[in-house]
Amino acid sequence: MATKHASMFTNPLLKWVDDRFPLTGMIKEHLTEYYAPKNFNFWYYFGSLALLVLVLQIVTGIFLTMNYKPDAAYAFGSVEYIMRDVDYGWLIRYMHSTGASMFFIVVYLHMCRGLMYGSYRKPRELLWIFGMLIYLCLMAEAFFGYLLPWGQMSFWGAQVIVNIFSAIPFVGPDLAVWIRGDYSIGDATLNRFFAFHVIALPLVLIGLVAAHILALHEVGSNNPDGIEIKKNKDPKTGIPLDGIAFHPYYTVKDIVGVVVFLMIFTIIVFFLPDMGGYFLEANNFIPADPLKTPAHIAPVWYFTPYYSILRAIPPLFGSQFPGVIGMGLATMIFFALPWLDRGAVKSIRYRGTLYKSFFAMFIVCFIVLGYLGVKPTSVWGQFGDWASILDTKERATWVARILTIGYFAFFFLMPWYTKADKTKPEPARVTMH
Amino acid sequence: MSGPVNKSRRNTVIAVAAVPGALTGAAIVAPLVASLAPSERAKAAGAPVQVDISDLKPGEKLNVEWRGKVVWVMKRTPEQIAAFEAIPASQLTDATSKKSIQPDYVSAKTRSITPELMVMLGVCTHLGCSPTAKFTPGEIGNDWPGGFYCPCHGSKFDLAGRVFTGSPAPTNLTIPPYKVDGTTVVIGVGQDGKEA
Repeated sequence: MATKHASMFTNPLLKWVDDRFPLTGMIKEHLTEYYAPKNFNFWYYFGSLALLVLVLQIVTGIFLTMNYKPDAAYAFGSVEYIMRDVDYGWLIRYMHSTGASMFFIVVYLHMCRGLMYGSYRKPRELLWIFGMLIYLCLMAEAFFGYLLPWGQMSFWGAQVIVNIFSAIPFVGPDLAVWIRGDYSIGDATLNRFFAFHVIALPLVLIGLVAAHILALHEVGSNNPDGIEIKKNKDPKTGIPLDGIAFHPYYTVKDIVGVVVFLMIFTIIVFFLPDMGGYFLEANNFIPADPLKTPAHIAPVWYFTPYYSILRAIPPLFGSQFPGVIGMGLATMIFFALPWLDRGAVKSIRYRGTLYKSFFAMFIVCFIVLGYLGVKPTSVWGQFGDWASILDTKERATWVARILTIGYFAFFFLMPWYTKADKTKPEPARVTMH
Repeated sequence: MSGPVNKSRRNTVIAVAAVPGALTGAAIVAPLVASLAPSERAKAAGAPVQVDISDLKPGEKLNVEWRGKVVWVMKRTPEQIAAFEAIPASQLTDATSKKSIQPDYVSAKTRSITPELMVMLGVCTHLGCSPTAKFTPGEIGNDWPGGFYCPCHGSKFDLAGRVFTGSPAPTNLTIPPYKVDGTTVVIGVGQDGKEA
């Protein structure tokens, strides 16, 4: 924003503002003169949709705090009070709970787009890292928020996740006590999770989103062909030949996406708010009971691929730490993508069979691990007696182990298969399909 | 201002300002970090718990809250004791409880002071869920001798709290310090007088 733009306004008040604040400059740099590739497709809706969901979550969240009580004795009751006695409280709460799951759907699709078109590759490494930090922050936000209704799943979910930290050798148990503020999940834990959920993490999240968008507008958007539109600029104007202004072209396109999204969102909010137990789990309608774990416990769907990995890895040397490491690595490994991928091309459109096979395998692993994570390990029954030599006879555990290997193979073998891949030549200019 | 910039003097001034600045920063952060630790009230809530077991019948289990966690007090039947004693050591991760937490005064075989009366922390050593009672033999799998099943990650334990191989839990369920006075069980103070 170093360059001073001549005011785009004729209105004297806006002119007055422009002399004191870079209003014209910001509108031009981020909207009317931000040139995005003209070949964006369906997959490019999810960035703006994620921003929409963030705003929805913040607004509904603010209104929820007006009636919610972060106290172990009152929390569960205050949520029921919001649902039954506050005018439209049910709507605000269901928008917030549906918004949490929709946030992850949108973000997973957004990340999948990045994987397909190589949006993490140079010069967009930092943009990708900011995005990954947003994803981690979102997971923390979801985890802290899930404790607040103080139901059975809230309590036992938090119990498991906090105990993951106690698996860290030496400092783990003390660290877990410090996180909880008590020797078990209790009022102190609820109170601080509330503070993290409504103040600390939203502030971090908004800062990271701003950094993500600024980094995007610095390097420019990638596109389904994975080629740089900045290589072909109009010699007179300096505008990329394949670029179109974000506003009005993509703001209008994104509004179409918003309309479709809101249709789906409202159908869920009004007709399927618990989404068959996937968005809101049945056990969470029972108040937290520290003496009794529910018979079937599983995290919310958006954590289940990682949960499956945690559950699949057997303990080594009398410690559950390897499973925790495996789960942590499965989330963190995305950070390394820009340096693992050594392909000659960015987009899946010009990659060879080798990359496409590994990519397909990864998607299958992620989805099936996610499915297994919502089911008990006995879901596919047991192997016969011949399997007594194995440490467990459960079929699903063994499938999850194989899929875990597949999940990591996608990343660890990437330097090899992206290089060995037979790629097709990239076009000089973007293509429109 | 005139003359060349005295860089070494400037760096000295920066260092002189930076060191107390960093110390001030640490002095602000330290109490914030400390405030997250358990409060004095939370620490004081860890007193021993007394349980009356005069009405506890063989095969029955009581759930008692101690330090915010569940402790099981159970009278095992002779059949149940025989069933877990018959489990081959090869099926157990830590058959002799060498790596697991239990007081010195409990028997290595039954993990209790007297064989019938079991006092055990009902908290899975994997990630802290409370395992579910599955006492009926064959209830989960044909060779199931009866015991506990953790609903969170599928760990299986026998009726002495010993973990079966193939479970994610690394060690047996913990036996807290306890003592028995007639029909009263005290949890949190051991037979040897030691507090947890």
